[in-house]
Amino acid sequence: MAKPLIQIEGLYKVFGKQPKSVMPMVHAGQSKEQILADTGHTLGLKNINMTVNKGEIFVIMGLSGSGKSTLIRHFNRLIDPTEGVIKFEDIDVMKLPAKELEQFRRHKMSMVFQRFGLMPHRTVLENVSYGLSIQGVKKGVRLAKAKEWLDTVGLAGYESQYPAQLSGGQQQRVGLARALCTNAEILLMDEAFSALDPLIRSEMQDQLIELQDKLHKTIIFITHDLDEALRIGDRIAILKDGEMVQQGTPDEILLNPANDYVEAFVKDVNRARALTVENVMKPPSRRITADTIGEALEQMKIIKGDYGYYVNDDGYQGIVTQDTLEEACCENDSQKLGDEFLEELAGIAPGAILETVIPETLEAEYSLPVIDKDGNLKGELSRRSLADVLGDREKCEGNTKTAA
Amino acid sequence: MAESSWLTKFPQMDRADLTGIRKSLDSAYRDFSREYGESIEAFFDPLLIFLVWFEKLLLATPWWLVIIVVTAIVYIACRSWKLCLGVVISFLAIGYFGMWENTMRTMSIITVCTLMAIALGIPIGIIMARSDKAQSVITPMLDVMQTMPAFVYLIPVVMLLGIGKIPGVIAVIIYAIPPVIRLTNLGIRLVDKEVLEAATAYGANSTQRLLGVQLPLAMPTIMAGINQTIMMALSMVVIASMIGVKGLGQPVLKSITNQYFTLGLFNGLAIVALAIIFDRVSQAYAKRSQRHMEGMQNG
Ligand SMILES: Nc1ncnc2c1ncn2[C@@H]1O[C@H](COP(=O)(O)OP(=O)(O)OP(=O)(O)O)[C@@H](O)[C@H]1O
Ligand SMILES: [Mg+2]
Repeated sequence: MAKPLIQIEGLYKVFGKQPKSVMPMVHAGQSKEQILADTGHTLGLKNINMTVNKGEIFVIMGLSGSGKSTLIRHFNRLIDPTEGVIKFEDIDVMKLPAKELEQFRRHKMSMVFQRFGLMPHRTVLENVSYGLSIQGVKKGVRLAKAKEWLDTVGLAGYESQYPAQLSGGQQQRVGLARALCTNAEILLMDEAFSALDPLIRSEMQDQLIELQDKLHKTIIFITHDLDEALRIGDRIAILKDGEMVQQGTPDEILLNPANDYVEAFVKDVNRARALTVENVMKPPSRRITADTIGEALEQMKIIKGDYGYYVNDDGYQGIVTQDTLEEACCENDSQKLGDEFLEELAGIAPGAILETVIPETLEAEYSLPVIDKDGNLKGELSRRSLADVLGDREKCEGNTKTAA
Repeated sequence: MAESSWLTKFPQMDRADLTGIRKSLDSAYRDFSREYGESIEAFFDPLLIFLVWFEKLLLATPWWLVIIVVTAIVYIACRSWKLCLGVVISFLAIGYFGMWENTMRTMSIITVCTLMAIALGIPIGIIMARSDKAQSVITPMLDVMQTMPAFVYLIPVVMLLGIGKIPGVIAVIIYAIPPVIRLTNLGIRLVDKEVLEAATAYGANSTQRLLGVQLPLAMPTIMAGINQTIMMALSMVVIASMIGVKGLGQPVLKSITNQYFTLGLFNGLAIVALAIIFDRVSQAYAKRSQRHMEGMQNG
């Protein structure tokens, strides 16, 4: 595997007057509440270890107060850790002297803030070009660049407005344009979309995904919304009271929650929208590859079913049922298994979002074959496995409905 | 008997000792002012030269030109014809009632004092905003400056520098500077933390943060401080006239000692007119420079 871009090891953060003096208690495993009651210090982060790879969207999530903002501010050292190592490629960020830290912030990272953090006394265009102006880029050049990014985020024409004259969604676009304008390789986004209404929010998510497809940045994204995390994250880390409780890909987290806390999170998520067919399909067990009807019936006996997916050298062809085969068999069991015995049943793609295949799965008489681009049989999706995965969700939706 | 008298009578310091302390402190200060008075005076010479030059300039300029220039400045600052009309009328009245020269003198000293107070006060306010330690040292000093009766600190200033313009200016500045300092400090401390964080996150160094974010965003508060400073400087004019600062304060002082009510009233009104003009102009200017905030009130 490639070397990680950012590496965090054994990170601790204690807020208070004398953080160092509290560290022995922290290492002794005292709880956050205990430490606060005994010493008046807040344990912000506890033993965080994580790596972020180049080009991925890494989502950090957790409830309010779990330390997300604290953690993301460590990446560019807006907050200094009490203990721990932060590495960017081979640079130890903790050891950077002030001047180099400034350079590092100017060129390597840019940040989008939860409450926008725009400068109210500068126009939108000046705000977008702020990063470049700090770098000392000439006015003409930086304003031209800023204009380009403003157009990209769909705010052409707003150049000379002030932030206060824009809506929340528009202001956050300005924040995004400002972050993109410095062309830094890492984008830190602290609950960038949380202040927006659901419609604009999903629009912004789409825009981010679209931009990421073009720009291939490394994005560290914070959210307290699992749906959002699953939608845009390549990998997700879940924080609870300053501790990392689970790290993994979206489906790892959905299907194997590490503990009750994660499970509680996962319970409320719309799995149908978060999972793909691939995540829930069963391996193909009903493969029929026989040449003749007799052989096909033999194979069907082995798989203990009354139908199967017929696959030949050209891939998946269709479905055969025991009934049709037995009828044909009476006449001649060495007859070739030809097209006339096949029933048509469209396969589904492994990458399809579960939600999109629910109707087909429910309507079909048989389990649906999962077929990849090249026509290979990858697995099968039964009504039952669909119900298993969505079951919890359905139950809890039912509960909320009766409650309401 | 002497043992129990402290119950009824405060165990006061021996009178002779007290006088001794007073005398030695006074003479020490007197020695100090004799020793260094001249060099301190020399230190303030450039200020005196500027003050005299500015006063002469105002006095030598024909009255109608002064009115035109002041009105123009007012118009540029606040774009209000009403205010300009008010300025013209007040100046005409001031001149008509024979207070022109004194008004010019007062205007010159107020202008200089305000400029000095801003030039000193804003940097001090910035230092206070940057360090909690500085704040905890300077705040009590400001409290003393604001509550200590002005006459008390007039004494050492006069002892050191004699009677005249410079001690007057110093007294006025001491009295009037606290609001600029306090409100600069406050304004900077109140700057939205996330905006400042954004500047830091994009790699701004401390100068870029100060000039690009903190000062501009603190400006409304700082302007309120400047406005207060001007008002306090004007109210100090009468007291400063006791140590020989010429201007509208002197006739007021004279009318107090001689019970000339009308003279006092006229000059007092002239001070009020100046105060209103300075106040409105500085406020209107502050408002106009904050136009980008307008959207916030709407939505
Ligand atoms: N400057 C500070 N001084 C003391 N405690 C702090 C400070 N900043 C954060 N904390 C504490 O650290 C913990 C985590 O705060 P943080 O802001 O990181 O939470 P968060 O996960 O970002 O929450 P939210 O979703 O509400 O933004 C909280 O318990 C908070 O009280
Ligand atoms: Mg937060």
